[in-house]
Amino acid sequence: MSKFFEFKPDRSKYPAMGADGKLDIDLSSQKYTKLWLGPNHPGVTGNMAVELTLAGDEIVEAKTHVGYLHRGFEKLIERRLYVQGFPTSIRMCVAEPDTNEYLIARSTEVLSGYDKDVPEMAQWLRMLSLEMARLQGLLRGVPGQAGTFSLGIGVQWGVYLRDLILDRFEELTGARVYHMYIIPGGVRGLLPDGFKKRMEDNLRDIDDFIVRIRQLMFNNAIFNKRAKGIGVIPKEWVEQYGIVGTNARASGVKRDIRKDYPYLHYDQLDFDPPTATDGDIYARSWVRWQELIQTVDLIRQIMAKMPEKGDIRAQMPNVLHWKIPKGETYTRLESGRGEYGMYYVTDGSDKPRRVNLRGPSYTHAIALLEKMLVNTNIADVHATMVSLQTCPPEIER
Amino acid sequence: MSELDINDKVNEMLHKSEHNAAAAECFEKTFVRPEDEEREVIAPDGSIIKVNPIYDYFSGKKPTEEKPCGGVVEKFLNWARAESIWVLGFGTGCGSIEIPPLMTPRFDAFRFGVQMRPTPRQSNAFIISGYLSVKTLKRVIRSYEQMPSPKYILALGSCTINGGMYYDSYSTINRLDKYLPVDVYIAGCMPRPEALLAGFMKLKELIKAGKAEKANEYARNFDEYKANQKKIIKDWNMPDYNW
Amino acid sequence: MKEILDRIQSKYNLQDTSFRTDTMAFTTVSKELAIDMVTYMRDYEGFKHFVMMSCVDWIEDNKLQLLYLLNNPTKKCDIGIKVFIERENPSMQSAHHLWKQLWTYQRELKEAFGIDFPGSPRVDENFVLEGWTEKPHMLRDFDTNKYAEETYFPREGRSTNDPATYMRAKLYPNQPVTAKKNKDHE
Repeated sequence: MSKFFEFKPDRSKYPAMGADGKLDIDLSSQKYTKLWLGPNHPGVTGNMAVELTLAGDEIVEAKTHVGYLHRGFEKLIERRLYVQGFPTSIRMCVAEPDTNEYLIARSTEVLSGYDKDVPEMAQWLRMLSLEMARLQGLLRGVPGQAGTFSLGIGVQWGVYLRDLILDRFEELTGARVYHMYIIPGGVRGLLPDGFKKRMEDNLRDIDDFIVRIRQLMFNNAIFNKRAKGIGVIPKEWVEQYGIVGTNARASGVKRDIRKDYPYLHYDQLDFDPPTATDGDIYARSWVRWQELIQTVDLIRQIMAKMPEKGDIRAQMPNVLHWKIPKGETYTRLESGRGEYGMYYVTDGSDKPRRVNLRGPSYTHAIALLEKMLVNTNIADVHATMVSLQTCPPEIER
Repeated sequence: MSELDINDKVNEMLHKSEHNAAAAECFEKTFVRPEDEEREVIAPDGSIIKVNPIYDYFSGKKPTEEKPCGGVVEKFLNWARAESIWVLGFGTGCGSIEIPPLMTPRFDAFRFGVQMRPTPRQSNAFIISGYLSVKTLKRVIRSYEQMPSPKYILALGSCTINGGMYYDSYSTINRLDKYLPVDVYIAGCMPRPEALLAGFMKLKELIKAGKAEKANEYARNFDEYKANQKKIIKDWNMPDYNW
Repeated sequence: MKEILDRIQSKYNLQDTSFRTDTMAFTTVSKELAIDMVTYMRDYEGFKHFVMMSCVDWIEDNKLQLLYLLNNPTKKCDIGIKVFIERENPSMQSAHHLWKQLWTYQRELKEAFGIDFPGSPRVDENFVLEGWTEKPHMLRDFDTNKYAEETYFPREGRSTNDPATYMRAKLYPNQPVTAKKNKDHE
């Protein structure tokens, strides 16, 4: 590199570490800039805010602010019958609403003792719906990472293909985004005629897209230069911060609820969760891209292995008088962002006592993000947030 | 100094005194922090600027009503406005997940002159995408007041009409039209992109007919709207900035 | 799972141990020993992954129930450690030093249930609400419907039906409503 381009950052302005281990930041000293990223900012993932303290364009302190999407679901569900809780609960996370349906259906089945009665066909249809939800989430997530580095064309492709999956959802369930397909005791409907063929057509389109997005992202100099070595999660942080899902797998910790705690019929499918070891933004996008390939494969496997017809609903009690005995359980599944769980407590009445959702973003977007953003450049904030798959509604519910 | 400027000045002075009285009664002691007091700030170039954060944050300045000029000119202006609806890219609720499909090739709202803008100062339409928690409403009001007039609000989903399924939530508002003037409601939970396009067409019709005058209505009934807003937003402090 | 619990049964005086599945158990421990036990489980029994922290309001017993849910990634089992604390001026020892994301849960519980965790970082800051003057919003005796009706402007004409009576009237209009069936719903 020629001398002309050599750049020496001026570190004299940077804060000193105080005796208590905290940075010594005096805002009125004119050395630091306070900058709010969000909630009204096109680069922020959803409606949340990051409060940054900058020295030059380097971040010395970051704080996440949430609560802009708070609706008090956990309080509202306590006031509703078990079946009335369904339409409410699935709106807890808009990115993959089906995961909420499964969690609440499974929790109520386990607590009321109907979990063995769910028919075979319904289990496969549940799996299909969950994998389709993961696919539509990844079709937003993978090119979304390219979008953070101004490779916006990937977003255009991804959103179009996601729309095709939403069309299949519409055929299957009648709704585009909020499906309410998985209900206690089974699912709401069988596959429509010709569904598998239309799905296969869409999957073939997505196969094309997978190749094209590889050219766009991983063979691209901009992406390579900006994503490598940025936003690194060391392997030992995974235990310390409770990191789950693709973010943990990109740091070399192979954890997948589908493999470790098999639910539905995931033990009958042939798959191996992809991993990487670098733990930076590049590794996370790479893992997610591999997951995209795997999800397409899983949907093909499910459609091939599922029975042609069968019962889709177990005989359940009248939902208006449904009382569940006192008990508690924790149900978990692997969403596109990681371990997604629900702590469900009943007290013998016709309404739940407490429902608490554990979203992966709860740890990723607050404790981890605040730590990761320190000492990075302001231009990398957006990329880091997207690479963690931040989803604010599951933090504040 | 033109007459308009003088009018502005007088208005500002009047409302400043009015505002201080209102502030005193509205602000409880718990929510006033030291950084909200009137003070002088040194700008990066060394000049001294007086700031009164509470007045600034309260949006105490009454917006001025802009009367339509009428005739052919107004018709031309309305045509121009209807063909360039620039939407503020602020996803306030879960309805914002249908904005990307709306703007991408399948539904392609660009062909109707609709596009997203990153800042309120460049946009004239605001999509309230679903439920509004009180915390977001405060940011929405501040963004809305920064937008240049004429400005329009499209409210998505049943949550903005009567609270929808969150009618009994302690955190979300029930009726948006009590706090901000709404031009077009788009029903559904959540509304499909086709419904959004229909909403934009309806808004265009209204603008072309000269009926989308809600920004002036907000200016006329400013005190009423502000009273409703003050009833639920107790902590008016905005995040602190420095230079 | 069972052998681990048997081993520490006498050490921590566990009560009401219940197994949801073979690999998931919930147990109750006294307030003084709770953080001790969580630390022990993390350091010696391999429960390295902190899943979640939650709170349930048992208003009838005048108790709040805290839950620390830990996961053992190698043995693939979960344990829920429950602690009952008083409902008046609730306070609990902070565990933010054990996992780095734990202060977030404690900050949320401080706001939602009013439980104090002395020493936990940023525990007094707002989490999801702003300018909240009522009692903590997740307590059972905070009536959200009443608060919403008083504060926000409900639109006139919105009616709420009891689902059971409404469906019966729709499906069986000729059948008289018996008192017993009504009671069943209550």
